[in-house]
Amino acid sequence: MEIIVASTIGVLTAGGVYLLLRLRTFPVILGLALLSYAVNVFLFASGGLAIDQSPILARYGEASYTDPLPQALVLTAIVISFGMTAVLVMVGLGAYLEADSDRIDIDPEDEDENAGKDAQA
Amino acid sequence: MMHWIILPVVLPALLAPLIGFVMRHDIVLARTASVVGTALLLAIALGLTGLAADGTTHVYRLGDWPAPFGIVLVLDRLSALMVLLTSSLALIVLIHAIATGWDARGRHFHALFQFQLMGICGAFLTGDIFNLFVFFEILLIASYGLMIHSGGRERIRAGLQYVVMNLAGSTLFLFALGTLYASTGTLNIADLAVRIPQIPVEEASLVRVAAILLMIVFAVKAALFPVQFWLPATYANAPAPVAALFAIMTKVGAYAILRVHTTAFGPGMPGTEGMAGTWLFAAAIATIAVGALGVLGARRLMPLIAFSVVGSMGTLLMAVAAFSPTATSAALYYMVHSTFAAACLFLVADLVVTRRNGDTLNPAPATVQNGLFAALFFAAAIGMAGMPPLSGFLGKLLVLDALRAPGMIGWAWSAILVGSLLTIVGFARAGSALFWKSTAIAGPGAETAPAALAAPPPVPAPVPATVAEVAPTMAAIAALAVLSVFAGPVSAYLDDTSAQLFDRGGYITAVLGPGEED
Repeated sequence: MEIIVASTIGVLTAGGVYLLLRLRTFPVILGLALLSYAVNVFLFASGGLAIDQSPILARYGEASYTDPLPQALVLTAIVISFGMTAVLVMVGLGAYLEADSDRIDIDPEDEDENAGKDAQA
Repeated sequence: MMHWIILPVVLPALLAPLIGFVMRHDIVLARTASVVGTALLLAIALGLTGLAADGTTHVYRLGDWPAPFGIVLVLDRLSALMVLLTSSLALIVLIHAIATGWDARGRHFHALFQFQLMGICGAFLTGDIFNLFVFFEILLIASYGLMIHSGGRERIRAGLQYVVMNLAGSTLFLFALGTLYASTGTLNIADLAVRIPQIPVEEASLVRVAAILLMIVFAVKAALFPVQFWLPATYANAPAPVAALFAIMTKVGAYAILRVHTTAFGPGMPGTEGMAGTWLFAAAIATIAVGALGVLGARRLMPLIAFSVVGSMGTLLMAVAAFSPTATSAALYYMVHSTFAAACLFLVADLVVTRRNGDTLNPAPATVQNGLFAALFFAAAIGMAGMPPLSGFLGKLLVLDALRAPGMIGWAWSAILVGSLLTIVGFARAGSALFWKSTAIAGPGAETAPAALAAPPPVPAPVPATVAEVAPTMAAIAALAVLSVFAGPVSAYLDDTSAQLFDRGGYITAVLGPGEED
């Protein structure tokens, strides 16, 4: 089980970083989504891998349990990354419609050329 | 338990949706509510500073859950100081934004502004690292909206870069938190301070990884080399009042390094001792170099100021990197100073740039009130560059004085002194191009008739700045002057602040209750 979880995180992270470095809006959004999946699985594993166990302390006996805190952390992280992805999609769309280009890096000459006009906007 | 501590978070959090939903069609109402709210925040911050001034660490347990199990807010001198700094800066920036009409050029400026304040105040007050992450996200998501306020092609593209950069940073933050939780089993800062020393050195490698990952995350926020590259494009393309408010955002990163790497990974921890300082010191030198060269090479006013912010963060973090009470006290003085100096420069730049055709540093016909703007720019620039009589000089002097350790003095002094010189040259060049040479060029009225054919399309005549537009800039300069005049009492208070920060036992006892000290 450990090897599956560990390699899942590794592959997701590698894919995410690769897509992030493409510097075009759509691959970057996908890359950040992959990275956030990777980090969610990673957070799950940070409390120790416990399979098929409830996150609640059993009142009786020796029943073992899985750490509930990482699950709460993951839930928060999922909500935040969902919201952030939505914002990113909207900003990316806005940038694409304004600039007719989905590149994320700014061309220096391009910037100087337009600087004067935009500073007043 | 006293509820004042949570008010800097709750007040903007309640006000923001109210402004966003109820007052969205009435700009006057929204402005009034926003100003009243920010003024109240300032009053609360003053109260909290008074409360924390006696040296006790106040703890607010949310839901009354005891410390490592529930989330706590912690008010000590440092967090009170930061909240006070935030709220006074916010009031200055807000009045500027209203007076110049920036807030009406897009939608939801005031709601986003309040959410931003909520995130910043929360980040300064929290005593739990995961909660710090949540407040970081709140302040970031509000800053995304403010950054692209009023739109424009370059601004949205720079905004997109900023969003992507910070989302990658947030992912890294979560990785760091996961590693930290896996190795210590807690995310409460005080509890971390108890548990990390108990981990034997040979088993502390995961903690070290977490400490460095956290430092990278905070360095992204604090614009430290090599992750400073987002800052110039962001600040230069953001609306100027927003860039002025962002002057406090880099300080959130510096504060987080101070808090976490002093209390949790600080001196005396066998596993992580000295590690943060070594890396931070080298990175700070490079940051000063990048900032100074950027100031020297900038061809536009806004990037020039943005690079000077990078340079000032380098100076600040160099003092932080020493991780000693004296150096921290110097760092805090410089932090307060550089926040106001950077904000002041951006506000002056806004007044100037909106009256010129763009912010390129070339001579153009002198605008109205050239003398007034030149004086304001001059004052702000000597504040930022660190010349007497304003507080930048004292701040840099304190930092230099604190960094006199044998292995440090050569690098630190030459970096700061050469960096300051280059900054002065850069600002002098910009100021003379903008204000001095400009007076030598005749205004558009002197043009002859044939030239008018080739002349650029007529620009509406610049309007003189009203008192309300200039007052916030004056207030920021006055803050620098006050900081300089009352340097004695202020640095005495900051000495107490940093002594309290380094008193880990006191922090742990206050948060976890007696008997939990190591």
